[in-house]
Amino acid sequence: MSDFVRSSERIRRIIARAILAGAVIIGAAARAEAPARVVSINLCTDQLAMLIAGEGQLLSVSHIARDRRVSAMADLAAGLDVNYGRAEEIYMLRPDLVLAQEYSPRATLAMLRRLGIPVVTLPDAATFGDVRANMAEMGRLLGREDAAAALIAEYDARLAALRDEAAERPRAVLYQASGYTSGGDTLAGRILIAAGFANAAAAADYGTGAKIPLEVLAMLAPDLVLTSEPYPGASRSEEMLRHPVVAALREGRRAAMTDHDWICGTPFVLRAVEHLAATRAAMTGTSE
Amino acid sequence: MTLLSLRDLSVSLHGRAVLRDVTLEIGAGEFVGLIGPNGAGKTTLMRAALGLIPAIGESNLAQLLQGARARRAAWMPQAREIAWPVSVEDVVMLGRMPHRDRGRRPTAQDRARVDEAIAWMGLEEMRHRGATRLSGGEQARVLIARALAQEAPLLMADEPIAGLDPAHQIMTMQTFAGLAAHGRSVLVSLHDLGIAARHCTRIVMLDEGRLVADGPPAEVLTPERLAHVFGITAWYRQTADGPVYQPLEVIR
Amino acid sequence: MIRVMIPLALAVLALFAASLLTGPAGIGVRDGLAALVAGDGGPLTLIMREIRLPRAILALMIGGSLGLAGAAMQGYLRNPLAEPGLIGVSGSAALGAVLALQTGLAASFALGLPLMALAGALIGVMLVMLLAGPRGASLTLILAGIAVSALAGALVSLVLNLSPNPFAASEMMFWMMGSLADRSMLHVWLAAPLMALGAGLLLTLGRGLDALTLGEDAAEAMGVPLSRLRLQLVIGTACVVGAGTAVAGAIGFVGLVVPHILRPLVGARPSRLLWASTLGGAAMLLAADIAVRLILPERDLKLGVVTALVGAPLFLHLILKLRKERI
Repeated sequence: MSDFVRSSERIRRIIARAILAGAVIIGAAARAEAPARVVSINLCTDQLAMLIAGEGQLLSVSHIARDRRVSAMADLAAGLDVNYGRAEEIYMLRPDLVLAQEYSPRATLAMLRRLGIPVVTLPDAATFGDVRANMAEMGRLLGREDAAAALIAEYDARLAALRDEAAERPRAVLYQASGYTSGGDTLAGRILIAAGFANAAAAADYGTGAKIPLEVLAMLAPDLVLTSEPYPGASRSEEMLRHPVVAALREGRRAAMTDHDWICGTPFVLRAVEHLAATRAAMTGTSE
Repeated sequence: MTLLSLRDLSVSLHGRAVLRDVTLEIGAGEFVGLIGPNGAGKTTLMRAALGLIPAIGESNLAQLLQGARARRAAWMPQAREIAWPVSVEDVVMLGRMPHRDRGRRPTAQDRARVDEAIAWMGLEEMRHRGATRLSGGEQARVLIARALAQEAPLLMADEPIAGLDPAHQIMTMQTFAGLAAHGRSVLVSLHDLGIAARHCTRIVMLDEGRLVADGPPAEVLTPERLAHVFGITAWYRQTADGPVYQPLEVIR
Repeated sequence: MIRVMIPLALAVLALFAASLLTGPAGIGVRDGLAALVAGDGGPLTLIMREIRLPRAILALMIGGSLGLAGAAMQGYLRNPLAEPGLIGVSGSAALGAVLALQTGLAASFALGLPLMALAGALIGVMLVMLLAGPRGASLTLILAGIAVSALAGALVSLVLNLSPNPFAASEMMFWMMGSLADRSMLHVWLAAPLMALGAGLLLTLGRGLDALTLGEDAAEAMGVPLSRLRLQLVIGTACVVGAGTAVAGAIGFVGLVVPHILRPLVGARPSRLLWASTLGGAAMLLAADIAVRLILPERDLKLGVVTALVGAPLFLHLILKLRKERI
């Protein structure tokens, strides 16, 4: 009875701390000691943590962090232990902080919290400002505010350099597996605009998470179709990226792929903008 | 002319001899009744003769190619199966299949034979009705008409009158007798010894896979054989109305 | 016969044209047909020739072959419930197709995809016929179909989950329900040869199937070579179902609904039903494919959803009817 009361009291305290840490209250996390055994279970928190964590602070990242197609830091992740995001294996690592993203499986997070493990979720980044906020937040969570501040300073400088208004904006469409496109209110959409393109899908009212039918894609006839690099093995979702209509839209035009730099709200999004801006420069014949 | 010629025909099913060394000849114009207790091998004899099941020995029909055999012998299995609600006319027309080339429309001759068969079995009124909607007895008549339309010199039928009412039993036997009178031959298996004795020109008796008697009804249906093969007694008289035969008691 | 075939052919033509004119791009009749025929290289031509034309052709081919396969299997088994989708032939074909795609066979050899689907369908149809027996009694047939379908479905799921491609695992729905969205002429050419071969084998079965109306013994005695007929049926069915499933997934109920509706109109003759069901199947799938684009234009609603909504109630009705008659 008293055990139960004590342990439930402890859980409540831990949950309270987790909530405080997740909120933007600088004092709460700063006062707490920096966590020493951090486990990340989400590709995006994996990368932010790898960028900011101190030596030996990060115990394990998700196995996806080693996948070169989606992770910009696959080489670094190769040197770390990986997890598959299952509550049991994470519990066995005895972490004092678990990093997850707001869309990570709820059941797993709830289970970890019940087991007394502090879990913090970071919001999905949809703007360049969100990326910046997430870096700052990661610095606070890991007790590495200085490292985060340095990263943010570099990020701000590169971002400022990119903010040139393009005179001529070629029309581009993000065309991903199964025909999903990204609208203006997503990070990928903002990368497109920052690189000096116009989002033709967004202009045709295809917003976030909408499937753009092949026919509509053909009618839009964009100057650039941006697809993702296909995975090995076959799938119908990716087969349509090779449909004759997509191939015809690409014929004689510049090819561009979205890659691991596009997926998460990390400083690598700036690299994606730089690469795409170079493509635009080659298309329009103007130098930056 | 010999229509059916079997020599030492034997059939084994699952290692058990079902038919043993049956030798039988049927010429033109005969109406042969095939009798025997359940399991004596009547159905097996007819199917083996047609080459529908593997057999040892000789059968003139089994040696023929399928198409040629179908023009020499028509076969009515005991199971009266009509799977789809096709019209009576269409069922009877199936009997013309061995005479028609693939993909050809029925000729005037095909139609004439079908009309004859339908008239013979008294099916005119139902010729456009779905065959599956008829009663069991009507279906049996449709299938007989189908076999008649096949116009083969030999007609083999497995218990064609089982389940028919007395009038249609007699009509059917008279139809077969009429075929025999026109030079075609009929081999039917049946259980009604009285009807067999009255209508058939010849009786073949099977017992445990062996042919035990073959001849005119009066010679085959002796009290000794009936006692030995069927285990019954019977009353038999040649009357002014033809032969009358009535099984009486079981001997045990 | 003519009275049935001409309206069916006209319906197929009309639906084919309607299919060509249905799509999110909202192209007018005249513009669309001009772009299709003349071909100016613009986006309209691209849409008409590379998106809508293959889609309409595939619906025509696959619907026709499903209707044909249903009519042929029902004629052979003398059972109106025999349908490639229900008895697991389509599911087995999907397994073959998924194996070809995930092992890389389909990538290294163009016909690898339809041929593997054919092999899967062949195994499926042989298993079902072995389990159900020659007469195809309803209960054993349906039980055999459930067993084969369940096994094939589980194996498709297993193969997709083992795929290194994370999208593959989410495509179970496509393989089990079927879709013609975003197919191209490539798929038409992949499916066409096997489908033509299979249709040739099945359409010539009419005479034998007619004779089988009176049972196997009677048919054989009428000169129908039963073992050859069976072989022709099995290979023909596997060809058309395999080729169709390889490019469009497993689409159920077409082979059930179409023969059932058309049977009374052709005097229940299995030979006539083969031709009528081919046209009827094409019409049904063209209509279903137009429906999925009209009901939910923005999403890839699966064809099998529409065909099942029509077919499943009919299936239940048939079971009730058969229970009264003979099960």
